[in-house]
Amino acid sequence: MTINTLAKGGCHREQMACFRKMEKVIVAMQDPDMGMKMRNQRLLITVIPHAMTGHDIIAWLTHKYRISEEESLHLGNMLVKYGYIYPLKEPRCLVLRPDESPYRFQTPYFWTSTRWPASELDYAIYLAKKNIRKQGELMEYEKERYSLLHKRINHTWDFVVMQAREQLRASKQRRKADRIVLECQEQAYWLINRPPVRSITLYCIQLYCNSDYYKREIEACRKALGRNRVKSSICLEGFLKYSEQYLNHDPIMQGCLPSNPWISDDTAHWTMNAEIVPVPTRLRVERWSFSFMELLNDAMGRREFMTYLEKEFSAENLYFWQACEDIRHGESSKIVEKVEDIYKNFLAPGAARWVNIDSKTMDKTLEGIKRPHRFVMDDAQMHIYFLMKKDSYPRYLKSDLYKNMLAKAIVPQETKKSVFPFMRRQRHSSPSPAQTATQAAEEEGLAKGAGANSAAGSHF
Amino acid sequence: RKYMRSPPTPEMATQEVPLNETLAHLKTESETLKSKLEEERAKLHDVELHQVAEKVEGLGQFVMKTRRTLKGHGNKVLCMDWCKDKRRIVSSSQDGKVIVWDAFTTNKEHAVTMPCTWVMACAYAPSGCAVACGGLDNKCSVYPLSLDKNENLAAKKKSVAMHTNYLSACSFTNSDMQILTSSGDGTCALWDVESGQLLQSFHGHAADVLCLDLAPSETGNTFVSGGCDKKANVWDMRSGQCIQSFETHESDINSVRYYPSGDAFASGSDDATCRLYDLRADREVAIYSKDSIIFGVSSVDFSLSGRLLFGGYNDYTINVWDVLKGTRVSILFGHENRVSTLRVSPDGTAFCTGSWDHTLRIWA
Repeated sequence: MTINTLAKGGCHREQMACFRKMEKVIVAMQDPDMGMKMRNQRLLITVIPHAMTGHDIIAWLTHKYRISEEESLHLGNMLVKYGYIYPLKEPRCLVLRPDESPYRFQTPYFWTSTRWPASELDYAIYLAKKNIRKQGELMEYEKERYSLLHKRINHTWDFVVMQAREQLRASKQRRKADRIVLECQEQAYWLINRPPVRSITLYCIQLYCNSDYYKREIEACRKALGRNRVKSSICLEGFLKYSEQYLNHDPIMQGCLPSNPWISDDTAHWTMNAEIVPVPTRLRVERWSFSFMELLNDAMGRREFMTYLEKEFSAENLYFWQACEDIRHGESSKIVEKVEDIYKNFLAPGAARWVNIDSKTMDKTLEGIKRPHRFVMDDAQMHIYFLMKKDSYPRYLKSDLYKNMLAKAIVPQETKKSVFPFMRRQRHSSPSPAQTATQAAEEEGLAKGAGANSAAGSHF
Repeated sequence: RKYMRSPPTPEMATQEVPLNETLAHLKTESETLKSKLEEERAKLHDVELHQVAEKVEGLGQFVMKTRRTLKGHGNKVLCMDWCKDKRRIVSSSQDGKVIVWDAFTTNKEHAVTMPCTWVMACAYAPSGCAVACGGLDNKCSVYPLSLDKNENLAAKKKSVAMHTNYLSACSFTNSDMQILTSSGDGTCALWDVESGQLLQSFHGHAADVLCLDLAPSETGNTFVSGGCDKKANVWDMRSGQCIQSFETHESDINSVRYYPSGDAFASGSDDATCRLYDLRADREVAIYSKDSIIFGVSSVDFSLSGRLLFGGYNDYTINVWDVLKGTRVSILFGHENRVSTLRVSPDGTAFCTGSWDHTLRIWA
């Protein structure tokens, strides 16, 4: 669904997909064997055949789709709202009542998808019939539309009146019960398609398929045909492994310690997991071992890794990688200057933090530096990234530095529910990151401040 | 090839020009190749996800409730995004208002009135110091967030992106300096925030692009987009090329979201289904649908571990799916009109929904 479908004229393609699905449900409901049991319903003095109660509808939906009654009521309401089932007793109230209120299926002739879009001519004939049948039967909004239509399609008005008279004459020849049924169906149809207040509108969209588009498609298909694919059995195992590995880290699945702030109103979980803390939590440190990216994405993890690399005298790799990231994601205006800095600090012969890149990549990079752009460091950066990932990272995980960090990491106690369940904690505010940035100097002094507001450190 | 051409008169129809024949040829060739591609993709599909997942333990009783209701928008909420601090959010609505909230306390911290209605896209900057938004103005603008009560946020507004049709989605990349946008003009684009310069544009959709999501990959160079042409395209941000394309939905794709590992992405569509596409297998690997779910999905997101997929639907509900087993775990009621946007918080402790009922809800 796009704004074009809501702001301009056209047809709701989204609505068509829904109609087809609703029709599937309706057809199933009318299945002679597995469908609904229908009965005759009394409407004033007339007996209407093939009707059902709201209660029956909900029971059938609950059973057929194995859903809750709440969901059946919700689904049933949609079927009524879109005109596939209409109420016999209060036709203008398009609501499914979970009681003995009678309902009927709309005839497919009048389904929104069959007769869509509803034409002005048909609507005019319908209103004319109502007007002729009983003067003053038209509602206010119908009277307005009737006179509008009279003006707009005045040239065919004779046809409209003639058709209306013909249809009325034909209906007089039907049995009363049939006549009432048809009138109900027709009324229901127009209540949906010309509601008093326009709530459903039908729009369309054009696909821009010119020759350029198809040429691109063909090219893309050719490339795709040549690509290497991995067997499903291998790929799909990956999903199982990932969700298992991260299960304990997923608060919605397993909860979080000491408690979920949104449920308990206690922000301890956020405080303990702030960007920089004196002692990190165990789950957090464990996560650094899941992948190199997890380690680097965590500010504390990255800091620890840097400490490790300095011990190994290979910290320049991480500094280099960070500097390259800074170019890739930084301002366009600073690219040239940053590339120069990188060259001076990391690539030039005798540089203070010279990085060990293979000669092919080095040559290519040095050539590229002559015309610096955002991605000029990509090859070198990737080379160093994979070097750290394959070599330093696995050794870091086996190191004492990491093992000690894991050993002294905190495992928070689960917060027990308050003794008085109705007592609600006060929800404290936290410093906005926008404020933290503009008042950086002052904030440093506040770092270990006590008091009702923010706890130690930022709430990032 | 000879063709007849006569001046158009009411009585005579203009003869077809050869261009239409070429177009028909191209269309046929394109469709033939697409069938071939689907055949190739099917060859390596030796098992279904739910089969592989048979050995996984089923999920127990699922209880999630509305924990916060954010009231303050005067019209339909169209979009929202989380701040990295895990508690603040930005939301935008049909009446042109963009609001920044501390969702935890439900306090409004900033409000901006855009010069246009239908603000369909909004995003929080990674630093937490700015928000980006846009919609029917065809632009994406960045507003630095100031806590000075006297300062008018609109005064410091920076116009970054310019499209030729409405802005449907926007996202900052890894920093505050670049923004990725998608538009009703059928393209996506990457912009430099500081200068407003267009860094790269992405052509390949045949109709409005409705959504995008950045890949959480090591090399961080790709993103996926979904559009009214029923296609989900994966793009290389450097070259502007479309590197993978999937076309299995039956209607508009309203939302795309990467699986946390970056190896797959989910999509939500007007055809009332969510689907999972694996990038290495290069195919759709799961469909999340139910006969009783009739209305389109407006927005999808994964829980932190990727085990759950949340979908906001046009029938006002949220359906929760077991990604591995393909079953529907739960249905959540609460909103009084269609759910238009849904995002899980950065630390996975909750998810937020925005709705046409003018409110936002936090669920946990």
